[in-house]
Amino acid sequence: MPYNSLDNPYSDQSDLSHGAGCSCNSCSTQRKIVASENLPDSEETIVNRFVETAIVKSLFKGNDLNRRRFIQAVGEKTFKAALFSVLPMGLIQSCANDKKKQVENGGGSQKAATKLEKTKLNIGFVPITCATPIIMSKPMGFYEKYGLDVDVIKTAGWAVARDKSLNKEYDASHMLTPMPLAMTLGSGSMAAPYIMPAVENINGQAICLHLKHKNKRDPKQWKGFKFGVPFEYSMHNFLLRYYVAEFGLDPDKDIQIRVVPPPEMVANLRAGNLDGYLSPDPFNQRAVFENIGFLHMLTKDIWEGHPCCAFACSEEFAKTNPNTYAALFSAIIDATQFSSKQENRQSISEAISPKNYLNQPTSVVAQVLTGKYADGLGNVINAPDRIDFDPFPWHSMGVWILTQMKRWGYVKKDIDFKAIAEQVYLATDCGNKMKELGYTPPTTTYKKHYIMGKEFDPSKPNEYIDSFAIKATT
Amino acid sequence: MSKENIQTITLSLLILFLIFFVGELATTNGERNKKDLSEYEQLMGLGEPQAHVPGPIEVLKLAVKELSHPFYDNGPNDKGIGTQLFYSILRVLAGYLLAVVIAIPIGFLIGMSPVFYNALQPYIQVLKPISPLAWMPLALFIIKDSILSSVFVIFICSIWPILLNTAFGVMSVKKDWLNVSKTLEMGPFETAFKIILPAALPTIFTGLRISMGISWLVIVAAEMLVGGTGIGYYVWNEWNNLDLTSVVFSILMIGIVGMGLDLLISQTSKYFMYQE
Repeated sequence: MPYNSLDNPYSDQSDLSHGAGCSCNSCSTQRKIVASENLPDSEETIVNRFVETAIVKSLFKGNDLNRRRFIQAVGEKTFKAALFSVLPMGLIQSCANDKKKQVENGGGSQKAATKLEKTKLNIGFVPITCATPIIMSKPMGFYEKYGLDVDVIKTAGWAVARDKSLNKEYDASHMLTPMPLAMTLGSGSMAAPYIMPAVENINGQAICLHLKHKNKRDPKQWKGFKFGVPFEYSMHNFLLRYYVAEFGLDPDKDIQIRVVPPPEMVANLRAGNLDGYLSPDPFNQRAVFENIGFLHMLTKDIWEGHPCCAFACSEEFAKTNPNTYAALFSAIIDATQFSSKQENRQSISEAISPKNYLNQPTSVVAQVLTGKYADGLGNVINAPDRIDFDPFPWHSMGVWILTQMKRWGYVKKDIDFKAIAEQVYLATDCGNKMKELGYTPPTTTYKKHYIMGKEFDPSKPNEYIDSFAIKATT
Repeated sequence: MSKENIQTITLSLLILFLIFFVGELATTNGERNKKDLSEYEQLMGLGEPQAHVPGPIEVLKLAVKELSHPFYDNGPNDKGIGTQLFYSILRVLAGYLLAVVIAIPIGFLIGMSPVFYNALQPYIQVLKPISPLAWMPLALFIIKDSILSSVFVIFICSIWPILLNTAFGVMSVKKDWLNVSKTLEMGPFETAFKIILPAALPTIFTGLRISMGISWLVIVAAEMLVGGTGIGYYVWNEWNNLDLTSVVFSILMIGIVGMGLDLLISQTSKYFMYQE
């Protein structure tokens, strides 16, 4: 079935304009003549060729004459190389092939159908409960299920996690949701294209104060306090700033915010070096457990359903190992959905508490994950949604994070909020992957969020920033 | 055994006994075993030990447990103390030997020429006091490998004492000896290897010994920062869990290994000592 339209799209000799049903004069007379020996034969190569042709055609807006002239001018090889350097051609082709196989298998699992480029992976994590899906996939066999042999490597903090990811010691890593945005903007590190295909957890953080402050529950009394956050580009930093600003405190003048790696928070609180912190668990609960601090509030009461940590990798990794990336992505989404079920939380706590993973007492981890916890002030509180797991990276969340980066002066220049959020947060990919695994993704990628009762409309980011009385003056 | 020796040993044992006695008195075992706990008390961990500074006996117990399985492997983040020390020593030796190989010849050259010595002096003095932790971000960025970065940081921190001591040793070789070599009509190479090197060796060894101490200090800090493996990571991981018993145990191990490394150099240096 020689269709001219599937001829080599990179050659200036071939003519792509004649499809199978073409009725032009030359086609109707020459239908049975093989156009060129370059035509693909196997099913997979036909799909690959089809994808390439479609892309090349669209580049020249379907004008075949322009395409042939252009290729004649720059040469076939140059054109092909230039195209491959900007487009993840292998990834797109394998996606198309996956889709086709899925249809053939009746939408069933495609793990047997694709070959993994790389099965031995290193994934970095910072030892906190936010990383639950990444960690528990190892002891509970989610990586194995998708044919991957993964080592999860404990990392001291996010600066090191970032550097080790850039060094390619880690194939993928646990990160904070604002980090890939900041890295892509080149803010606080060198610019490197990073993608964030999935969120790990929503909620799950808390404001923890030293016990000596147990009568200062009104943030207006916090003037001069020293607070710890795990990283500059973290939801923790942005939520703490937002929270105190709502009570009339300027986070840059009235309180001091320090970056402290999570594992060092409790020791600093005990030493009186910090008055409190907005940090990832289990370190809030650990402070309660050690009788040093109490939980002032959970972050879910600032923003119900806020994103926190993420699963991220370099664009390069996803491009060069499309099948491995797809398998890893599936494992993470599967594990995230598994973690979101309450009935699994106790067994997950037991799986991730040992020395090799979080290295924490199981009862502390279980209090965080099950949501039945002691608040340090004599009450047992039952909040099943204290932490939850939801992989979907809402673009509107990305826009909110960018508005806060702008509000507090982390980004000085004017930015296109939507474009950056859409480049980094792969919501569509995540939605497709969720569908493939039998989960229901949301139908849109933007929605309004409510933070401490105040509405955030992602279509009006600049108005939103202007609506705050307290912000960094630039 | 002389009277003085007996006195020394008695005093040593007395100090050890005092440490044990005061240590046991001053610390608690962190037990909070209360019966009939309410739900709140259970969640507060009243049935489980609290983080605490351990007494000597607790540390000893842990030491026996850890040292009887020094090479266990429970995954990439949980390996035995023996394995961790092995990794650290390996990194230290790599960085240190690199420093030795480079610093001794350069120190030799600097020492032979006062102009060189004085010209390089300010740079060396600026680079010498830089903390390993300050080098680390730069090393990670440029070298793009965390293990090689730790080796580099050891190298850059341990090179200066060897360099300076070698140069100083070479410079302070007695003029008379050099004059003797001249009268014997020795060539420059013969002078260097037969006169200057043996004469400067004791000073060089002092530098080697200082550098070994520095290397061992550096590795703990470097590994705490980059993690992965090694004794520094072990300390960090236990701190993470506020397990001070393991922290104190690893402090002891760091001290003992450090002493061993120092002993190695000082014993070797005895072969090269001379008396005038």
